[in-house]
Amino acid sequence: MSGPAILQVENLAKRFGGIVATDDLSLEIAAGELHAVIGPNGAGKTTLIAQLSGQLTPDSGRIHFSGADITTLPMYRRSRLGLARSFQITSLFLDLSVLDNVALAVQAHAGHSFRFWRDARREPALRDPARAVLVRAGLSERADQPASALSHGEHRQLELAMALASAPRMLLLDEPMAGLGPEESSAMVTMLRALKGKVTILLVEHDMEAVFALADRITVLVYGRVIASGTPDDIRANAAVREAYLGESEGAHV
Amino acid sequence: MRPALNFRTIVTVVLIAALVLLPLYTGLSGNRFLLTLFTRIVIMALAAVSLNLMLGYGGMMSFGHAAYLGIGGYAVGILAHEGVLNGFVQWPVALAASALFALVIGALSLRTRGVYFIMITLAFAQMTYYTFAGLARYGGDDGLTIYKRSQFVAPIDLSNKTQFYYICLALLFGAIYLVWRLTNSRFGMAIQGARSNDIRMRAIGFPTYRYRLVCFVIAGTLCGLAGALLANQNDFVSPSIMYWTRSGDLIIMVVLGGMATPFGPVIGAVALLVLEEALSGITEYWQIILGPLLLLVVLFARGGIDGLLARADSKVRS
Repeated sequence: MSGPAILQVENLAKRFGGIVATDDLSLEIAAGELHAVIGPNGAGKTTLIAQLSGQLTPDSGRIHFSGADITTLPMYRRSRLGLARSFQITSLFLDLSVLDNVALAVQAHAGHSFRFWRDARREPALRDPARAVLVRAGLSERADQPASALSHGEHRQLELAMALASAPRMLLLDEPMAGLGPEESSAMVTMLRALKGKVTILLVEHDMEAVFALADRITVLVYGRVIASGTPDDIRANAAVREAYLGESEGAHV
Repeated sequence: MRPALNFRTIVTVVLIAALVLLPLYTGLSGNRFLLTLFTRIVIMALAAVSLNLMLGYGGMMSFGHAAYLGIGGYAVGILAHEGVLNGFVQWPVALAASALFALVIGALSLRTRGVYFIMITLAFAQMTYYTFAGLARYGGDDGLTIYKRSQFVAPIDLSNKTQFYYICLALLFGAIYLVWRLTNSRFGMAIQGARSNDIRMRAIGFPTYRYRLVCFVIAGTLCGLAGALLANQNDFVSPSIMYWTRSGDLIIMVVLGGMATPFGPVIGAVALLVLEEALSGITEYWQIILGPLLLLVVLFARGGIDGLLARADSKVRS
């Protein structure tokens, strides 16, 4: 588990007016591990992902990804370095087909797109890898439907499929199980377990059962600060965590 | 998959056939006015096709697209005024000027979104309008008469009305084919992705600004071509061809005909301009009739006329 760090966050800070969303946050994620970030609502989890992916620029602090300083790099450049992201609120190309959605993610990493003539929907170099990803995500039968026709659970699967299509080195997953039913949730856990070890994952999730089942290490955020970081057993035993977070509602299940 | 009766295809084919055969009819009937009207319609359809590329496929709501009609038109007018009549010079200059203009406007306005984008494209177009209105050497407000149409090599003669009509029509069909190829290419997928969800596009690794900008420039250049044609047809160019209501007309054509469809803008241009012509023959307050008609299409026929036909097809099928 303690391989070399692929992602290093140093003293990250972000405030919105008077609200401190990220407060002097430092974090190291080892290559290959599945690292969960948990915390109560408003702890700054999504804000952290937004800064890691480049959607937001931090006020101070640094982010290193596989040795390179990416703190000010735009989103698309980070994606090209192999840092992929899924969204908490499903963010797809709803008016395009399911296969088009994934094929676009493949296309993003297949050189520039200033190619004006050839029919992109007939390019095996884009369609074949996209179909393969859909098979892995269990969506191959839906390939030709518009993305808007999918159920919520399928949207979540497609979200993940698009992040995977670029063959990333690291995945930032923002609540992949949000709004899923029990069956869909366990299918998602199976999918994530299959990915574990092959790609480094930072998982933000509210589903404690899933987090404790999957994570190698867990970081707990409260008001934008890291209050604890360690193995699931460490976190379970941590008094500050129990008090600040687990103690209230979900502690009973842990 | 293939329905026996397909309204959409039938209407499209009939429209193309009618446009191709029109000069035969006007030649036999001697109705020169109809040919002039339809030459204008074909040119405006070309402008609408160019707007459709950025508005329909690219999701960029430009309210200043008529500026390129003006740039293309004035390129021809000014060169003719200065004694350069060669079309092989005039037209490339018109295209290059439009492209350059679109590059500058696009580079600045694409940094904004939504209402701001609409306002900034409108502002640039109005600035252009007033700039040309102030050019006293080239007629200012009153415009510039073009005494000789663009000169090409021997058999091509733009003063021949039938020939000029067919040149415009060929360019229109060429533009439709070009847009169709573009929108199905990797580039087209990238701009449609950016229309659909720009943040997601950047998150999966697309520098969307560049693709939008190139789309903006291609659309502006194509519209500049329409401007060069329009100047030749009118033998005249004035600032009014780039007034903001012209940009509005182009948007109406695209929305009325059907956004993001290959032939939608042509259907829209024909429908709007024929309706305008017919209604203005009935009453001088024709806009009172046209306005509510447009409102009905926007309210009840999302996807425009083309969308209406497609829905009629799926009803027949089921």
